[in-house]
Amino acid sequence: MLFRVNQSSGVPLYLQLTGQVKHAIETGALHPGEQLPTIRKVAEDLVMNPNTVARAYRELEHEGIIEVKHGSGAFVSQSAAGPTKVLRKAQAVVQTAIERLASFGLTDEEIRRLIENELALLRTEKSREE
Amino acid sequence: MNDFAIEARGLRKSFKGHSALNGLDLRVPTGSIFGFLGRNGAGKTSTIKILMGALKSDGGEVSVFGEPISVASNMVGIRRRIGFVTEDKELYPYMTVEQVIRFTRPFFPKWRDDLAKRYLSRFELPPGRKIPDLSKGMRSKLMLLLAISHRAELLILDEPTDGLDPLAVEDVLREIVSLAAAEGTTVFFSSHQLTEVERIADRIAIIDRGRAIVSGSLDDLKARYQRLHVVFQEVLRAPVQWVQGAEHVRQEGRSISILASGNLQALAEQARSLPGASVEVFPVTLKEIFLDHVREGN
Repeated sequence: MLFRVNQSSGVPLYLQLTGQVKHAIETGALHPGEQLPTIRKVAEDLVMNPNTVARAYRELEHEGIIEVKHGSGAFVSQSAAGPTKVLRKAQAVVQTAIERLASFGLTDEEIRRLIENELALLRTEKSREE
Repeated sequence: MNDFAIEARGLRKSFKGHSALNGLDLRVPTGSIFGFLGRNGAGKTSTIKILMGALKSDGGEVSVFGEPISVASNMVGIRRRIGFVTEDKELYPYMTVEQVIRFTRPFFPKWRDDLAKRYLSRFELPPGRKIPDLSKGMRSKLMLLLAISHRAELLILDEPTDGLDPLAVEDVLREIVSLAAAEGTTVFFSSHQLTEVERIADRIAIIDRGRAIVSGSLDDLKARYQRLHVVFQEVLRAPVQWVQGAEHVRQEGRSISILASGNLQALAEQARSLPGASVEVFPVTLKEIFLDHVREGN
């Protein structure tokens, strides 16, 4: 199971990891019921802080995407197929948006920055509400 | 089990009238990987020497595993639970790798021969080679081996990847992460390599002129800080009175760069309301947080 994270991207590492796991489930690299690598293994392979990995796993468990069985490890939930439908819908939205933005003549980098900008503002708005 | 492996309060140390530590506060939670950052001469090595018991502070309190290190009888017990990885050239200059291991062993009741053997081969350390003939990377790995073999609960490292080739860097970082994950070992390390700290630390402190000017969870810090980039159509005639949160403001021609600490929404709105302004938000790296705090001084 190969995960990749980018330390220099602005996205928090634990979020990148949850994204990687969700993507793996979506593409069939991970099946419902299949075991995830241990926190330790992911931390060692990616040379990242184990608490960050643990946080990603906790988030995924909270969202019902994985189940943590004490003593045996973390497994992809049987119901993990659920999020994929949402992701497919979301993918359609993003595809339309990007096609439109590209038709304005924007470069990839410009589009990416616009999206990151909005996400950053959304994130701070959310944390203000909390 | 204590909440904090290391706790320092108001630590002071002077050398010939120059104050190296000026009231340093530090709290290293048990089980964390704690990055200790600062410019050369900021007080990092003095702090580590005090933690090692090699230097006496002039004031303040330090506790390790909840026990004050000022009480001499505590130090023996404390030292047995700590592993140090520092560049100490006076260490064992005439011994071979094997001799160092045999010499170190009797000091530690929790020593595990099987671990020493395993890591000797894992780190590919030549048992018959003398210490001065080892590369820096090998010396660091040897010290890690000793710490692992005596089951240290706390690892204190002084610039562990300095001068190491990229492969050795990966090896050392991976071992640190592995120890933290497998044994819950607390790791306290000083470093200049901010990208490495960013990878493995979950908490950091930045020391400048003998005091901790920034400290906390790395996640929280990166969530708190954002960079706001504002570009105007023409150079501003009057300086802007930014709302709260604009921590460091740098202006160059028609561009203004703001390191924002919280309150991003209000700052962005204020920026956007200025005539002819275009606003962009960027995430902030640890390097930027470090440079912005240390460059201008507080």
